[in-house]
Amino acid sequence: MSEQKAKKKDVTITINEAWCKGCVICVELCPESVLEMRSGKAKVAHLDQCSACMLCELRCPDFAIVVVDNSKVDQSSE
Amino acid sequence: MFNYDQYLRLNKFPLIWCSGCGDGIVLKSMLRAIHKLGINKDEMCMVSGIGCSSRLTGYVDFNTLHTTHGRALTFATGIKMANPKLHVVVVTGDGDATAIGGNHYIHAARRNIDITVILFNNFIYGMTGGQVSPTTPKGKRASTAPYGNFENAFNISGLAQAAGASYVARATVYNAVQLEKYIQRAIEKKGFSLVEVLSPCPTAYGRRNREGTPVDMILHQKENSIPVSKAESMTPEELEGKIITGVLVDTERPECRTEYQRLIDHLKEEK
Ligand SMILES: Cc1ncc(C[n+]2csc(CCOP(=O)(O)OP(=O)(O)O)c2C)c(N)n1
Ligand code: SF4
Ligand code: SF4
Ligand code: SF4
Repeated sequence: MSEQKAKKKDVTITINEAWCKGCVICVELCPESVLEMRSGKAKVAHLDQCSACMLCELRCPDFAIVVVDNSKVDQSSE
Repeated sequence: MFNYDQYLRLNKFPLIWCSGCGDGIVLKSMLRAIHKLGINKDEMCMVSGIGCSSRLTGYVDFNTLHTTHGRALTFATGIKMANPKLHVVVVTGDGDATAIGGNHYIHAARRNIDITVILFNNFIYGMTGGQVSPTTPKGKRASTAPYGNFENAFNISGLAQAAGASYVARATVYNAVQLEKYIQRAIEKKGFSLVEVLSPCPTAYGRRNREGTPVDMILHQKENSIPVSKAESMTPEELEGKIITGVLVDTERPECRTEYQRLIDHLKEEK
């Protein structure tokens, strides 16, 4: 598990490396180039660029990436 | 974030599916749809046949039944007839539903029984290594079609529509939000509901047909999708190789279990 906190937007992205199969879907389809591949696993590279669009979480087939928009955390707790 | 964990058997993870297989994206969309409907886990019954897609039932914390190849709909029909209070959802592949299970498929639609079918169409038999399926497009390669498939393919949504389904929609994993919406409506709908999802199989289909990486396959869906409203004014030639997405049928027809109940009640009254 690697966890990082964004600087601009208050976002936390968690990648479960044990479940990530390195399909690159989240990396290539992120509109803000936040993610990159390192040693076959997705990694957060530019968290400050994250717009919390949730597309990576929506499309990760392996439940391996979780994006928390901390500004909405109360409403989106489920 | 969406809390998927509440619906999962986490001890069965990681998923068995290949890297980049679309099936996990469909699974997530299904869970979000069920959550939006506020269905209690004990009121949900998920039934699958055999195939990669059919492995899904092992991962979800509902009442689940992993049956034999092609027979998911027969088990599901029995469940719905015996316990109509359950939401019955069938998870099946193109081979499972329309090759070995094709007969059950058309008859479940004909009866218009209140079952939701999520049909994972990857154009191939994924689990057994890429044999041709009834939906493999003409010219595409499979282990049993090494020079390209020479047969005509089924339009499986059209088949359900012609047989009498109440609700039919087609979606892609590229547009997972739309997919979720259609699944939600399909579960809500009384009668036979089909959501045909185009789910990329990079391993058994994509590689053999040089369709590139999982990302290439997903972007191909985006580039080739045509909303049904737009497709109506296009010619068959223009629609060649396109994916018509959207709600194809949403209508009211007498539903099988309701009609059966009506008969039971009527016979009781006569006594
Ligand atoms: C009676 C029977 N016949 C054949 C098989 C072998 N078999 C297992 S899965 C499968 C096809 C799977 O294809 P599909 O339903 O499209 O699902 P996918 O794996 O592509 O998700 C076949 C032929 C079987 N298990 N049982
Ligand atoms: S939430 Fe959106 S912007 Fe942030 S990493 Fe995911 S895809 Fe990129
Ligand atoms: S989409 Fe998921 S499995 Fe694929 S690389 Fe990203 S985190 Fe890993
Ligand atoms: S063989 Fe195809 S359908 Fe089966 S898990 Fe792999 S990618 Fe998915």
